Amino acid sequence: MNTFVDIRGLKKHFPIVGGVFRRPVGAVRAVDGVSLAIRRGQWLGLVGESGCGKTTLAKTVVRLLKPTSGHIYFDVPDETKALIEELESQGKNNSKLTYLLKENDLAAFTGNMIRQFRRRAQLVHQDPFTSLDPRMRIKSIVAEPLRIHRVLSGHAVETAVEELLSKVGLSSGQLERYPHQFSGGQRQRIAVARALATKPEFIAFDEPTSALDVSVQAQILNLLKDLKREFGLTYLYITHELLIAEAVCDYIAVMYLGKVVEMGRPEEVFHTPRHPYSQSLVAATPVPDPKRRVGRIVLHGEVPSPANPPSGCTFHPRCSRASKECSELGPDLKLISNDHYVACFHPL
Amino acid sequence: MKDLVRIRDLTVRFYTYEGVVHAIDDLDLDIRQGETLGIVGETGSGKTMTALSILRLIPYPGKIESGSIVFYDRDSGGELELLKLTQDRIRAIRGNKISMVFQEPGSALNPVYTIGDQISEVLLLHRRGQLARGAKQRVDNLLSNGRGFAARVKRPLWRWQSRLYNKTAEQPHALEPRLLNRLPLFRRLLWRLPHEANLLTVDMLKDVEIPDPARVAAHYPHELSGGMKQRAVIAMALACSPDLLIADEPTTSLDVTIQAQMLELFRRIKVDRGASVLFVTHNLGVAAEVCDRVAVMYAGRLCEVATVDEMFLHPLHPYTKALLDAVPMPGRDLQTIPGALADALNPPPGCRFHPRCPSATPLCQQDRPRLKEVAKDHLVACYLF
Repeated sequence: MNTFVDIRGLKKHFPIVGGVFRRPVGAVRAVDGVSLAIRRGQWLGLVGESGCGKTTLAKTVVRLLKPTSGHIYFDVPDETKALIEELESQGKNNSKLTYLLKENDLAAFTGNMIRQFRRRAQLVHQDPFTSLDPRMRIKSIVAEPLRIHRVLSGHAVETAVEELLSKVGLSSGQLERYPHQFSGGQRQRIAVARALATKPEFIAFDEPTSALDVSVQAQILNLLKDLKREFGLTYLYITHELLIAEAVCDYIAVMYLGKVVEMGRPEEVFHTPRHPYSQSLVAATPVPDPKRRVGRIVLHGEVPSPANPPSGCTFHPRCSRASKECSELGPDLKLISNDHYVACFHPL
Repeated sequence: MKDLVRIRDLTVRFYTYEGVVHAIDDLDLDIRQGETLGIVGETGSGKTMTALSILRLIPYPGKIESGSIVFYDRDSGGELELLKLTQDRIRAIRGNKISMVFQEPGSALNPVYTIGDQISEVLLLHRRGQLARGAKQRVDNLLSNGRGFAARVKRPLWRWQSRLYNKTAEQPHALEPRLLNRLPLFRRLLWRLPHEANLLTVDMLKDVEIPDPARVAAHYPHELSGGMKQRAVIAMALACSPDLLIADEPTTSLDVTIQAQMLELFRRIKVDRGASVLFVTHNLGVAAEVCDRVAVMYAGRLCEVATVDEMFLHPLHPYTKALLDAVPMPGRDLQTIPGALADALNPPPGCRFHPRCPSATPLCQQDRPRLKEVAKDHLVACYLF
């Protein structure tokens, strides 16, 4: 089966400039070699702590940021990908390869190609209090993507907006209002409606519920579930709350310092985590059940700076199982059981 | 054992342009000695306001309308009515007997003072006597050990210092040292007080497991990570060994692994120091993790107060049940609470949860249910029980 979104060796480094001539003196390795495959109709959960590059990855995948290196294939047949790989392995910088990349690799897209791509992929931001323009009415906020992409014009826009808002559970009486007149949950619904406007196939969510209360969070998650079923969407869902990821996602990727350390189905990643980091992450998550208090593993220290990551496996300074090998070599993702990948020399 | 804090009929209202906001309505709550009491609820349910009213820190348009908050002073054995104390006396309690940890460690710290200075400030304000005693000991040491020419010249100065420190030790707010401390040149005589505070500060920082505390004490807040800042804020709150530590969402802005470290720290504080902790949080998982008892608030009123096991295993109030069901758990569909949070400007009559309650009766719309003890240590405000 063709993978829908195929991310291969993606890197995004932000330069640190210094000196009088603003020369680059280093780089923040926000995303440092991530390979992910998202199937059509999948709900992929990306979990990790703050600063591990989750948001940068999402922004790069929808091409709000240009990757430093790596490929992103969005709905590209496997044969083309294989052809590109073959040409690349020959090491020749021929025009056929350049042409193929320009046509297929999102990382090499420019101008009009990106604009066309953005109709098909959308992003919902974390904080609904800052992602909506306070000076625009709700109807213009939701209509904006339609106008920019020239999907509809005239009266058709208005009816489309009304329909979109009713899809996310808002009434047409609220069309003329401003964002500040809504509660956090309602604002996030508006942001979702805006993302849905161009009828995308893929939506990336950047912690859409972290600013919301539990009961409202449940409403939003249920809404996302319904929309996914109705429109056959594919989701990339970023969260730092493992309970949410476990409850809604089909597949989980755990990130640490710009790298994916473990991937697998939620029941496997959360019940039998194989990477020491995922294990401590699972153990650190508070569960509303006083009986599960025992047996926690408290990680010492804090996440190192991505500007100066540790050598070898980036987790080794905090890892209880680290050996000499870990500080020298970085482990690659290895398949250890059905659909379960771990990047560790000493998996649990 | 006596309850540390007894809140009775507490009512807090905010007088805004849009109308009167009923932030807290007739709240009764006890905090026992040496326990961690959690207050959970959604945004706007009044949990932070409850915590703030204990310290009388309700911000401007708000007013404590009525009620009483009785604080049992463990040192003197007396009871203090916090809402009737003068400003001076409540200031002597803030940061001393009752202290607070705020939600955002970044904004709770002053960016232009070092961490050490900010923690010392608390000690210099509340523990002047203790600091002076320590400083006097140092001066006495110098007096007895000083030899040679330099010591002979400095000895009269040390004598004067020792007299000043003596006075401060006996009477922390004695006039003479305080006046001298304002005069240039003379204020140098009391330099040992901040120095003494600094030494204690480093001990405090070590106590909250900050690596290399002496270096961190000289850092400014922006040089520390979020978890470190929160540790520093906790150290500041613990500086005077308070009887009650109020923690207002102390882990909300932190990552899960750092949060786990913080929760471990709070658990240790309670065990080591025997202090009570009032833990305000919206995260039910965190509450289950650290609390001994939990109080659930909805729209300014208490719904249910119970031990942590009772609350999470046998919740009784419909709101508590709905809230627990809304937490995403694997292998279960997400349950939502119908309707929206009650409007604090025009709260619904009767039980404030009745418009969203699946088992509401006509009685719920007319009359508000009072907290009733249905089992040992399990209070519920609902007509079903």
